[in-house]
Formats: sequence, C-alpha cells, structure tokens
Amino acid sequence: MPDATGLELLAQELGEASLETVYFRERATLIVDPARIRSVLSTLRTKGYAFLASVHGVDHYPEEPRLGVVYELLDMSRVDRVTVKLRVPSDAPNVESVTADWPTADHQEREVYDMFGVIFEGHPDLRRILMPEDYEGHPQRRDFPVGGEPVIFTRNEAKWLEARE
Amino acid sequence: MSPSEPTISEYRRREQSITLSPLEQPVIEPEEGGPDTTQELLTLNFGPHHPATHGVLRLLVTLQGEIVRDIKPVIGYVHTGIEKTAEDKAYWKVIPIVERMDYLSYYFNAMAYCGAVETLLEAEVPERGQYLRVIHLELNRIASHLIWLGTSALDLGAVSIFLYCLRERELILDLFEMSSGARMHTRYFQVGGVIEDIPQGFERKLREFLKVMPERADEYGAILNSNQIVLERLRGTCPLDAETLLSLGVTGPLLRAAGNPWDLRKAAPYSSYDDFDFKIPVGTVGDNYDRFAVRLAEIYESVKIIEQAIDGLPEGPHITEDRKIALPPRHELATSMEALIHHFKLVTEGFRVPPGEIYNPIESPRGELACFVRSDGSSKPARVHMRDPSFVNLQALSHMAEGAYIADMIATVAMLDPILGGIDR
Amino acid sequence: MEVKREPAPLRVRELNAHQLLRGGELEGPSRPARLEGEELEQYVEERVLFTTLDKTVAWARSNSFFPLGFGLACCAMEQFHAAGPRMDIARFGFEAFRASPRQADLIILAGRVSIKMAPIIRKLYDQMLEPKWAISMGACCSSMGVFNNYALVPADKFMPVDLHVPGCPPRPEALMHGILKLRKLVQDDPEMGWRERYDAVGTEEAPADAG
Repeated sequence: MPDATGLELLAQELGEASLETVYFRERATLIVDPARIRSVLSTLRTKGYAFLASVHGVDHYPEEPRLGVVYELLDMSRVDRVTVKLRVPSDAPNVESVTADWPTADHQEREVYDMFGVIFEGHPDLRRILMPEDYEGHPQRRDFPVGGEPVIFTRNEAKWLEARE
Repeated sequence: MSPSEPTISEYRRREQSITLSPLEQPVIEPEEGGPDTTQELLTLNFGPHHPATHGVLRLLVTLQGEIVRDIKPVIGYVHTGIEKTAEDKAYWKVIPIVERMDYLSYYFNAMAYCGAVETLLEAEVPERGQYLRVIHLELNRIASHLIWLGTSALDLGAVSIFLYCLRERELILDLFEMSSGARMHTRYFQVGGVIEDIPQGFERKLREFLKVMPERADEYGAILNSNQIVLERLRGTCPLDAETLLSLGVTGPLLRAAGNPWDLRKAAPYSSYDDFDFKIPVGTVGDNYDRFAVRLAEIYESVKIIEQAIDGLPEGPHITEDRKIALPPRHELATSMEALIHHFKLVTEGFRVPPGEIYNPIESPRGELACFVRSDGSSKPARVHMRDPSFVNLQALSHMAEGAYIADMIATVAMLDPILGGIDR
Repeated sequence: MEVKREPAPLRVRELNAHQLLRGGELEGPSRPARLEGEELEQYVEERVLFTTLDKTVAWARSNSFFPLGFGLACCAMEQFHAAGPRMDIARFGFEAFRASPRQADLIILAGRVSIKMAPIIRKLYDQMLEPKWAISMGACCSSMGVFNNYALVPADKFMPVDLHVPGCPPRPEALMHGILKLRKLVQDDPEMGWRERYDAVGTEEAPADAG
C-alpha cells in the first residue's frame, strides 16, 4: 500500500476528481467523484496500478448517497494496492462502465447491477447475472428483506398450521 | 372408408407434410482465402445439468460445425445469497456461512474472512495459530487439486484417476476430522486463530500422509503424462497469453501457467508464509497442458510447506489471548468470573468491531480470493463480499476456447477449475 | 337420480386393488372410484398371482438403482466420496451414474437448490421414467439448511421427495445409510406410500390408450 504521503500525492495528481482520502489500517483509499471514475482509473493505471482485482458494491443505507461501488487496484511490480470508492444516490444510480478499459469488470459490474441496482452506462450487456432474469428487486440492498421459510417450532406451530387452513 | 382405397392413416399424412425448410438457415458465402464458412452457426445449450460442466454452469456455445465461435456463460443456478445472510449474523457466526461459498476450499474462505476481521480489530494471531492455519490451508489446497484432477481426468475419459484421487482425499479428510471433528466446512478457523489445538496423534498421521502423498502424485503424473490421449487433448489447446489474462483479472494457476509467477503467498505473505521455503511452478506456453502441470506441481510444493510447518511448529496459544475476541478455555469458566462474563458476551452478542472497510486478499487454489468486510461498529457486519477467483476467471473462458473444437472446450472448462459455489455465492 | 361415474384408468384401478388387498384404506377426495362386485373379484384373482412377482421385481429394482449424476454444491463432494474407494456404493450395485434423466431412476439432490435451478430440477424429475425415487441430501434441500433466505427453495416445495438425509454435508456413511433405507423401502413397499402422503394418486404415467 502506498503510505500516507504517497496517498496524498496521488490525490493531488487526481485533482478535483478525488473527494477524500482515507488511510486506515495501512490501506489507502481514494473517494472519487462518480462522473470521473474512468479517467481516475486510467490515471492510476499510468501510475502502475494495472490490475483491477475487484469491483463490488456497498449499500450505505440509510445515509445518502446510498449506493457505493468499490474498485480494488493492484500494482504487481511494487505489490501495492489502492482502493477507489464512489457513491451514487439511489434515485440516480448511474456510473460510467469501465469495461472498455478493464475487461475484467464485465461480470463484476453485472453483479453490482443485479445486487444493488447501480446502472453502468456503456456496459456491453447489462443484465442480471445471479438472480433469474425476471426477478424484481435488488437483493443486496439493506432494506431488502432476507426472506426465507418460517421455521416451525413447537411454540409457534399452532400459528403456522392455522395460517395454512 | 371403402375397402378398395388404401387406408393412409392420419399419422402418415402428417409425416409427409413435414419439411425441414424453416430450420435451414442461409448459407454464408465463403470469402476468398477466408475460413470455410459454408456451415451455419448453431447455438448449443450446455445446460446447467451436464456431466462435463463442473457444477451447474450453463454455457451457450455458438458453433460453426465443430468449432467454437463464442461462449456465453449463464450463471446463478446455485446462488445462495451468502453475502446477504452474512449481514444478518454476528461476526463469528458468519464463518460457517462464508465457508460454504467456494465449497472445495473451505479453509481459504474462512481465512480470507477471519483475516479481514482481524485486521479491523487489530488482533494478533499467535505464531502457533498461524502455523496451524498454514498446515490446514495447504492440506486443503492439496485436497482441492485432487478433486480438480479427478474430475478433469473424468472429463477427459480417464476414469480411474478419479478413484485414486478420492483415495488420497480420504486421508486428508481424516486429518481434518481429527483436528476439528468434521470432514468439510469445519469452522476450524476462528477470528484470532484456530478453535482448538491439534490432538495427539495428528502429527504422526500427518507425517504418514506426507510420506505417501508425493509417491501418489508421481503415480498420477506417470499415468497421465504417458497417456497419448491426454497429451493430445491438452498439449497446445486453447492457449492464452499472460497480457490478456491480466486484463481479464485472472490470477492463480491459470496466470502462472501463462508464465507470470504471481503468487500472493510470496508477493504479500500473510500468516507466516514467509517462514517457509517453497517454489512457485510456472508454465511457459499457457495451454491446457501447462495449467495441468502447474497444478500437479503445486501439490508437491504444498507437501513441502506442510513438512516445514509441522517440523517448526512453535509452542504457544493457538488463538489470541484477547478474551474480548476469542472464547476463554472451558476450564477457566469454573474459576474466573471475568471468563464467564466474556464467554456470555461473546456467545450472546458477539464482539463489536470498530467501523471501517477492509479488503483482505489471499491465494486460494484458484487464484486471488479476497474478502471485503465493512463494519459499522455493531456486532454484525454491514457488508461481506467475497471476491471469488472462479467468478473472474470464468470471463476468460470465451477468450480461451475461441476457435477450438468442442472437445477442447470441454478440456478447457476442466482446466479452468471453476467452482460454481464461488461463482454464484 | 343416478350419478354416472367414469371408471378410472386401468393402472389406477390396479393400484387401488393392491391397496385394498393389503388391508389399506383408501382415503381422501381425490381417490378414484372403488372397485365393486365382479371387477373386484377379477382383479383380486389377478393380484394373488402377481404378488410374488411383485416382490421379485421390487428386489431387483432396489438392488440396481441408476442414480442420476447430479451434484449441485458441497454435498456433491460427499456424494463423490460415497462413490469413492472407501465408502463404495458400487458394493450395492449403484455405481452406474447415468448422465441422462431418461435412463436414471434415482435423483440425489446433492446441494442447495436456488430459485433459478428449481424449475430445471423439476424438469429433470419429470423427464425421469416411472418408477423413480428422489433423495434430498443435506440440510439445504431438505429444509433451508444453513441459509434461510430469499435465494433458496426447499426441495419439498416443488417435487416429491422420498428420503431426506440430514447433515451439512452428510458424511458418505450417512448418505449410504439413507440409500440403504430407500432400498429397504423399495423392497417392502413398492408403491411407496408417498402418493397418499402427497395426495398424488393418479399422477403416474398412464399408458396411452390404443386408438
């Protein structure tokens, strides 16, 4: 991981795109403006972070902007990792897709779309990947219920049996 | 009907009216000097239930004759909502949930998650705990490679290798049963170390296994490397260079087969892997044979690591001494009041983790397995995401198998080593 | 007023006769008409001749299950071990794992059934030919298992299951115990009794009427 000063230098290079830097447990994080994610990642690529390890989503419910996307970058020659985060509100969850520059983001962005509802513009094939194609709802959001079957114990079996009839 | 007319039954009349003309597609005119495109494209569905796809993977394969032109994988058939379930449970209760993700390398899932939580808690794992973790991780790596070898050989037609590999795997699962009580999904790794120290007799049985394993691996090599069919099917088929693999995010034996020696155990050692001396097998061409050879060689290296770990196993506690994270040993509960209170708090509510987000990568048998944990300060995680290597490696399948025959595609899927539990989570 | 009832199809009437002979009672609203009078006597005669043959057929069937090679998740690994060298199901005659459901008569649901997979499993089960049995292996398909959430379906919800094997994953010995129990069930009770439990009498594949 770049140390704290390295992180600040990176943030300076990105200029306006970088909103905040976090250095936590010796790991560097950049919080960036969602509109400029593609240029941010390209700049980081020129700095050596050429491997996109993971694209995943986070739901910051109930704070707005609620939906977050996290990009994990890795520099293999210096064994350096940096995390890039962005947050979009749930009423306008549009983020530019980075699949054209980083082909590994293909399925991973589809998963973020499926689970959180973040719409990646410019993605070649944005469909649901894990849930059935006609599923409604975005399961990984915090206000989506966990679901499941009721477990019938002796103490509540009367309630469930009469609900069946 | 009068008896003089021949009786044509309704069925025959219908049969004569059937033509196949709606199914015929226009023939593509062959270009000058281009590939022979006189055959039309056919999209075949390798359904989720198929003997050769490893698990419930659905592939929509577009074929031109026997040559694969495009592959579209459709996944989600074993999606279990692991990440959603994990948000609902206390931190230590997430360990059995997360173990069941990549169901062949269960210790690795638990290691990635426990490592992430330990980083958030800034908890130290004692040396003995780290060495025990390494022993179990490397045993799991061998077990995972054995199933890969067995099922791949089954796909290629060599049925007996499957039974030989299961014979070895039984020995490994016996060792797991000895140390933790269960064969699979053992909950042996806990936050802060391992749940229990190894029992007496574990070391003896482990050394017996370590003596036997390299000989058996030699057997597999001898059977498969001199088999003309296996060599023909694997040598030179579906190569992919390291550049494309890196852009697709592929890590692990697939990347090492293409020549890039990237291994997190050497590059960013965790859990005292830097105490051990082992090599990284690397391939040259990146075809199916290299992928096979790299994984077979990794078995020997894992045996070396386990030997060094059991020889140098330090004394000490097997789990962190911090009672706010790890359960106190049972004998203390009878004498110490604080131990009782800690036990109660840990079992009912669980420990609280300071807020933050951590991404913890480790090297699993399939590549970079990482766990992203976001904590909001309570006793339940706010987000647990496993970056599964098979999920990302699957994107390379269409690049690898393009222009190859169907049989080569089957061999490639086998050498890719996808585990659908990890892909679908 | 006379109520005319259609006689139920042949196979159903045979099954009913068998049930009556063994002292069972037909219950439930979906039971087809009982046999009466002459028909009953005729069928009883036929059944007495066939009972020993029935037993032989049941013995043969139970000792040669053709399992469908079907593994979903972690339980599939333990299913491999049950077919492996130590816990060998080939000793009992079950090693012929068929790839096609048309050739199989036992489906072992090994692993968790997601909502995307459930209709496919149902299709596989429907494609299997009678007589067929289903074992639900592991906790995830018997109940919801470790994961009680939106993504999973217990197998009982969409297909009739003959035997549940608990465990997560069940040891190969546990799976063997389950398969052997199923074998005993098939030997003793070829009609299996689950058709009454699931209210499914009359759902067997009836031979198409010649016409």
